[in-house]
Amino acid sequence: MTSTVAFVAIVVTLVVTSAGWPEVKAAFFNGEIFRSSFGEIASAFLINVKIFCIAEAIVLFTALGVAVLRGLTGPVFFPLRLLSVVYVDFFRGIPTVLLIYLLGFGVPALQLSGVPTSELFWGTTALVLVYTAYVSEVYRAGIESVHPSQNAAARSLGLTHAQALRHVVVPQAVRRVIPPLLNDFIGLQKDTALVGVLGVVEAFKQTQIDQASTFNFTPGVVAAVLFLLITIPLTRLTDYLIARERKRRQAAGVTV
Amino acid sequence: MSEALVVEGLHKSFGQTEVLRGIDLAVAEHEVVCLIGASGSGKSTLLRCINLLEPIDAGRIVVGGEEVTTNGVDVNRVRRGIGIVFQSFNLFPHMTVLRNVTLGPRKALGIPGARAEREAIELLDRFGLADKRDEYPDRLSGGQQQRAAIVRALAMKPDLMLLDEVTSALDPELVAEVLEVIRELAEGGMTMVIATHEMSFARDIANRVYFLDGGVILEQGDPEQIFSAPREERTRQFLQRIIDAGRL
Repeated sequence: MTSTVAFVAIVVTLVVTSAGWPEVKAAFFNGEIFRSSFGEIASAFLINVKIFCIAEAIVLFTALGVAVLRGLTGPVFFPLRLLSVVYVDFFRGIPTVLLIYLLGFGVPALQLSGVPTSELFWGTTALVLVYTAYVSEVYRAGIESVHPSQNAAARSLGLTHAQALRHVVVPQAVRRVIPPLLNDFIGLQKDTALVGVLGVVEAFKQTQIDQASTFNFTPGVVAAVLFLLITIPLTRLTDYLIARERKRRQAAGVTV
Repeated sequence: MSEALVVEGLHKSFGQTEVLRGIDLAVAEHEVVCLIGASGSGKSTLLRCINLLEPIDAGRIVVGGEEVTTNGVDVNRVRRGIGIVFQSFNLFPHMTVLRNVTLGPRKALGIPGARAEREAIELLDRFGLADKRDEYPDRLSGGQQQRAAIVRALAMKPDLMLLDEVTSALDPELVAEVLEVIRELAEGGMTMVIATHEMSFARDIANRVYFLDGGVILEQGDPEQIFSAPREERTRQFLQRIIDAGRL
């Protein structure tokens, strides 16, 4: 504890005594601009909150679907398995910002009737597609971590494959993957800032607008603070859940 | 008496390893059959094949007069009539004991929840687990877990029970309570195939004993004959090892 305090004190001293500090302070930590831009950026941040709430709710289910398809056995299901593999390879491999550009500008340009043209819609869709790929891998790891004897016990009762998954395998898998799943959601919450490239005025886009009008970077610090207010509690929750899961497993004598 | 189970010429390989090399077995209704033999002799695999948990390579299995190894047989329907209890219990850790027991009847048999619970509670009562019904499996002793697993299988009202070394994972002082349950089932007329290392129990409870060695049934017969006057040298050696280990 003492060493931490000493270390922080040294770093802070170094920064505030450096030659360029007065200018950096004026450019990034301008109290007046912080206060004046906070309201607008905070209300733009509500767009980010809306994007990640919707995206996370959808990803929870689509990712499970992709993971279940991947786990299907038997030659009949080969096309579905392949589809799932190709999906994950593609959407996990492509840079998120590129996909947002492609969908956000490309699809509306097709001028198809009945297809939404909203940038917000397509930006959110891109995030859902990418994070479905990530989270499905998390689910898959969870499903594979449930011992095959659990499935055997369920099937031996006469439950179908789907029933065994639904009642026995998936509930245990989901419990185990909540920490890594929340980890991916923290990533998703930050990536909502990428939707700004489409012109959607979310928090990051708003900071760019403010920066352009004030010639000051303080609005960026405002946005950073807002993101941290959301992500840090979630990170702490994730750590707490990981610790609790470990304790529970040790108590149960499970050594995995 | 009619046959509850007939196995003919059963072969099963895992990759290059042939685990079962032509098994023939017949179990009459209300009969208790014990499978003995060293670890790796194929006892567990045989039970898993009977329950259709493992696809077989050759041979046929007839349960209650119906061949279950032909194409197009609904494996889920067949399994509902066969209870299996595993060495490692395999209770569902995320469910209470009561939910473990009612899952099969509710989901596989479509019995309404209230009735399934009533029947489950009756069974749990009968096997001394009434006060454990709202506990999770990891709060139970090994013996209680295994009794709960037996109750879970019984809740499906099976015509045939397969027990796969159900006492092998238990501490010695917990073995008796589980054997007592099996004895009670036998007295109630349950048809059972029991793979076991508990030789004195097998001798006591079995109508017939099969000795498996290297994936074949080397010898079978009346328990007295197998245990006191085995015909095969391999059977004698196996029993001698058990006696040397102080287990008979």
